[in-house]
Amino acid sequence: MKILTKWLRAYLPGLPVEDTQLAEDLTLRGIAVEGIYDLGAGNGSLFEMDITTNRVDAMNHYGVAREAAAIYGLPLPALEFALPGAEAAGKPFSVKIEAEDACGRFTARVLRHVTIGDSRDWFAGAEVATYFGLLEQKLISNAVDATNFAWLAMGHPTHAFDLDKIEGGIVVRRARKGETLKTLDGLQRVLDPEDLVVADHVKPLALAGVMGGWDSMITPETRNVLVEAAWFDQMAVRRTARRHGLHTDASHRFERGADFNAAPVASALVCSILLANGGSVEGELVDVRVPAIEARTAQRAPVSLALSEVQRILGTTVAAEGITATTVENVLTALGCGLASKTESGSASWQVSLPSWRLDVEREIDLIEEVARVYGYNGFANTLPSFGGGVRALPWAEAEAAVRRTLLAAGFHEAIGSTFCSAAEATLTAPQPGLVVPLGNPLSEEAGVLRPSLVPGMLTMIAGNLNRDVSDVRLFEVGTVFSGSTEKVEERPALGFGAAGSLPEQSALHAGRAIDFHDVKGVVEQVLARFQMRTVYFDGFPGETGLMPAWLHPYRAARIVADGITVGWFGQLHPSEAAARKVKEPVIAGEIYLDRLYMLPLRKPAAREISRFQPVRRDFSLVLEQSVAWESLDAALAGLQIPELVEWRVREVFRDARLGEREYSLLLGTTFQAPDRTLREEELQGFQARVVEAVGKAGARLRS
Amino acid sequence: MSTEAIPNLTAFDEAALDQAFAALEQQARAAAAALDTPEAVEAYRLQWLGRKQGRLNEVSSRWLKAAPAEAKKALGQRFNALKAVVESLLDAALGAGPSDAALAAEALDITLPGTRRLTGAEHPITRTLNEIVSVFAALGYSVGVGPEVETDFYNFEGMNFPPGHPARDTQDTLVVAGQERRAQRDRLLLRTHTSPVQMRTMELQPPPVRIVIPGKVHRNDAADATHSPIFHQVEGLCVDTNITFSDLKGTLDHAMKALFGSSVKTRFFPSFFPFTEPSADVQISCIFCGGKGCRKCKQSGWIELLGCGMVDPAVFAFAGEKQPAYDPKKISGFAFGMGVERIAMMKYGVSEIGQFYAGDMRFLGQFV
Repeated sequence: MKILTKWLRAYLPGLPVEDTQLAEDLTLRGIAVEGIYDLGAGNGSLFEMDITTNRVDAMNHYGVAREAAAIYGLPLPALEFALPGAEAAGKPFSVKIEAEDACGRFTARVLRHVTIGDSRDWFAGAEVATYFGLLEQKLISNAVDATNFAWLAMGHPTHAFDLDKIEGGIVVRRARKGETLKTLDGLQRVLDPEDLVVADHVKPLALAGVMGGWDSMITPETRNVLVEAAWFDQMAVRRTARRHGLHTDASHRFERGADFNAAPVASALVCSILLANGGSVEGELVDVRVPAIEARTAQRAPVSLALSEVQRILGTTVAAEGITATTVENVLTALGCGLASKTESGSASWQVSLPSWRLDVEREIDLIEEVARVYGYNGFANTLPSFGGGVRALPWAEAEAAVRRTLLAAGFHEAIGSTFCSAAEATLTAPQPGLVVPLGNPLSEEAGVLRPSLVPGMLTMIAGNLNRDVSDVRLFEVGTVFSGSTEKVEERPALGFGAAGSLPEQSALHAGRAIDFHDVKGVVEQVLARFQMRTVYFDGFPGETGLMPAWLHPYRAARIVADGITVGWFGQLHPSEAAARKVKEPVIAGEIYLDRLYMLPLRKPAAREISRFQPVRRDFSLVLEQSVAWESLDAALAGLQIPELVEWRVREVFRDARLGEREYSLLLGTTFQAPDRTLREEELQGFQARVVEAVGKAGARLRS
Repeated sequence: MSTEAIPNLTAFDEAALDQAFAALEQQARAAAAALDTPEAVEAYRLQWLGRKQGRLNEVSSRWLKAAPAEAKKALGQRFNALKAVVESLLDAALGAGPSDAALAAEALDITLPGTRRLTGAEHPITRTLNEIVSVFAALGYSVGVGPEVETDFYNFEGMNFPPGHPARDTQDTLVVAGQERRAQRDRLLLRTHTSPVQMRTMELQPPPVRIVIPGKVHRNDAADATHSPIFHQVEGLCVDTNITFSDLKGTLDHAMKALFGSSVKTRFFPSFFPFTEPSADVQISCIFCGGKGCRKCKQSGWIELLGCGMVDPAVFAFAGEKQPAYDPKKISGFAFGMGVERIAMMKYGVSEIGQFYAGDMRFLGQFV
């Protein structure tokens, strides 16, 4: 919204400050001036305003002038527009409000023998052409300009009808089923029985408070005019405007609450502009009011205000005297309130009557806000409240931090992906198919549902990097996943991760190798190792079982099981999914259900004695059938329960042409150590024999 | 190693002795300087100090025996001195390890870049969230969270946005499908702010409350350089007896100084939020120019950072339905909320909000 300081000064000739200071003072009191543009000598400035939605009363020149008057303690003359004497009417123009819940006031004035044409300057000091020129507002015709001028001056919507198109008189009512109306935008609209219309005795003329009708609009041929200035209810206008997809200046104001008392003033303003080109007034102003609505707008019951309450809410001021009774009275009076003092037990309090243009002010707290606002927020001190309670962290904060630290230490960057994915991606990745929650008004089809998994977002981000030629990708996300129905949505924390590219990531000297399943498995194991659990295992499911998530390579992926509960999946992205994302490199990705992990206690570090005695390493070169997995050797070695066998691991796995086609070699490394003695050769030979026997039962033979 | 054989000595005067021993010492030193392997050092030791064929042994047997009695003392002194020199040369050679030449053969191009492993970077949004939360934790605020899918009641009605109120227009909302037949209060939507957690907290806990609420929120906004349908907020709520507007000012002034440096100033403007009254916008003095005016602050010297206000009595009334202790005549409180992306963009010089959600390794790697 634009405001001319030249126009403001016409209302407040005594304004004691320059335009820039005025802008600052208004802004500090919530009437924000976003931009100041100098319009040249004698023209003042143009203010670009940003006024919050609750302050519709200040979205016009007179409203801003009222704020300035309160700030500087200036008197602001009431708006009055004298009209020439009326010619007697045969009988008063007929106006009837049928929809008494939605129309609080309807004023109508009849003008005869007007000339529709260019606007003429119409009184000294407030020239339509001058102001419109400075505002770059187009002059159209005196009828349109007059309502625009009234809008800019006082923010009250008005409407002018071609009187000769009105049959009978005016009825404000709800539309009838099947009625149609061609509105000023040229659209033929079918009306809803809930729509509020201004009608004549035969047909609807306008969408009340939203937009006028085509057939009754002012044309160059118009000779007789009916000027409407009314008050329509917020919700009624809002619903009508919404239903027809309209948002007009008029609907904007009425939706937020118009000034009940402004109608006759705005009407006089519009009429006086029109009459500057000739014509005459016929009869008195027809002014129909609904008492119930008047009682809740212009005639509201006074509100009690106590100084002690003002001080309880606002606290300490920089100035020693604080907020006084005088401050309260000066501020509220300047804003148009009436204050009746009622002395109660020595503490000041008032009965405050409320201005008709401030429907946003209706409670004691609203008055307190007005006091603080005009007093100036920066006049309050900076104090700190005392506090004696403790601080609680979230129950899972430590576990989440441990997960993040592990991924960061493993070289994964943290990412934040979209909360949404497509229905197809959801079907592909949802841990529980069928429990995907669609949005009613999605941003796009690709973002049609709440993500049931972090995998779609992770794959999108990985593909994004690879397609931008960033070859080494390590990403993780800790975020919420959703499941359920449109009735009830469950949210769970999850960890998504993904990797592509080579290891080491950057070296001039060493050849890189592609990051693989086991590199990522190591990271998964490190994450699991942060929690206390009795058992962990990884298993896969052959493709035909249908148990493997479809986005994973059926033979290069694993389920993660901790203490018997599935806590996640990971593995190589299925080649067809990779191809669908135009990704050529292998991508290893996965997801861990953190809600399940968080049920386990965090592992607490505890030191154990490190033996002072020499450890002994023994390696075994083994040959295994293709079908024998490491897991069975591992279990066999664990089953030995030799306390001195402190560590065993695979040192190498390799294929050898000299072996059978369905065999492979495995170099098993073992370490023996006792806490209390140096191991003797006989002991060691005994252990070795048991190891050979155990792995032999598991399907491995010693290589000769 | 070629060393001259020990000559026979014919003259035994002091000058002749000095000359003969000096020649030997020179040979010993020259030979020691060339030692480059442990094997060479051992050979040197045998050559000079060996019991049978060692050169010093040879000197002893040839020269000392041949010397006249009166010259034996002078010769003995010089012999012992030479032996000490050889032993010290040997000690030095033994301690020094491989020679410089041997080491030079192992030279590397130290200017080649180091081999790097990726170091994971915390997301700048997480980092900023944590910073904000820890500032308030130090002021006695606990951490609270709430669901991202909310009911209309918690997101709007309980926060004093009545059904059909124009204030709802300011927060374009993404809704869950199929809500049309449900009661307005129960309709599910993506929360548009973290404020619903205020109500959830108050329903569970009587005053006093001090809570800080980090979280992800969503709006049905078109994406541009500074707007994203996904963003993060940190909400704060403090409720107790005698909490005032000046306490709100003091708390946020302190928090802004803790986040942006002690020289930062704050100023408060009237604003409008349905759930606070009085409501304020808070500006901080521009952290780029110190308030002098620059491009970043549009020459104003100030940057708008957060919204806040005293909790509206209507919000307490809703909370009071489950916790009667929220009686607005007896308690009061303030709430505040800030956009994390905006703060992170400012702190780290990020120009496009969309970069936070693209997962681009090149962008994220800058925050290690």
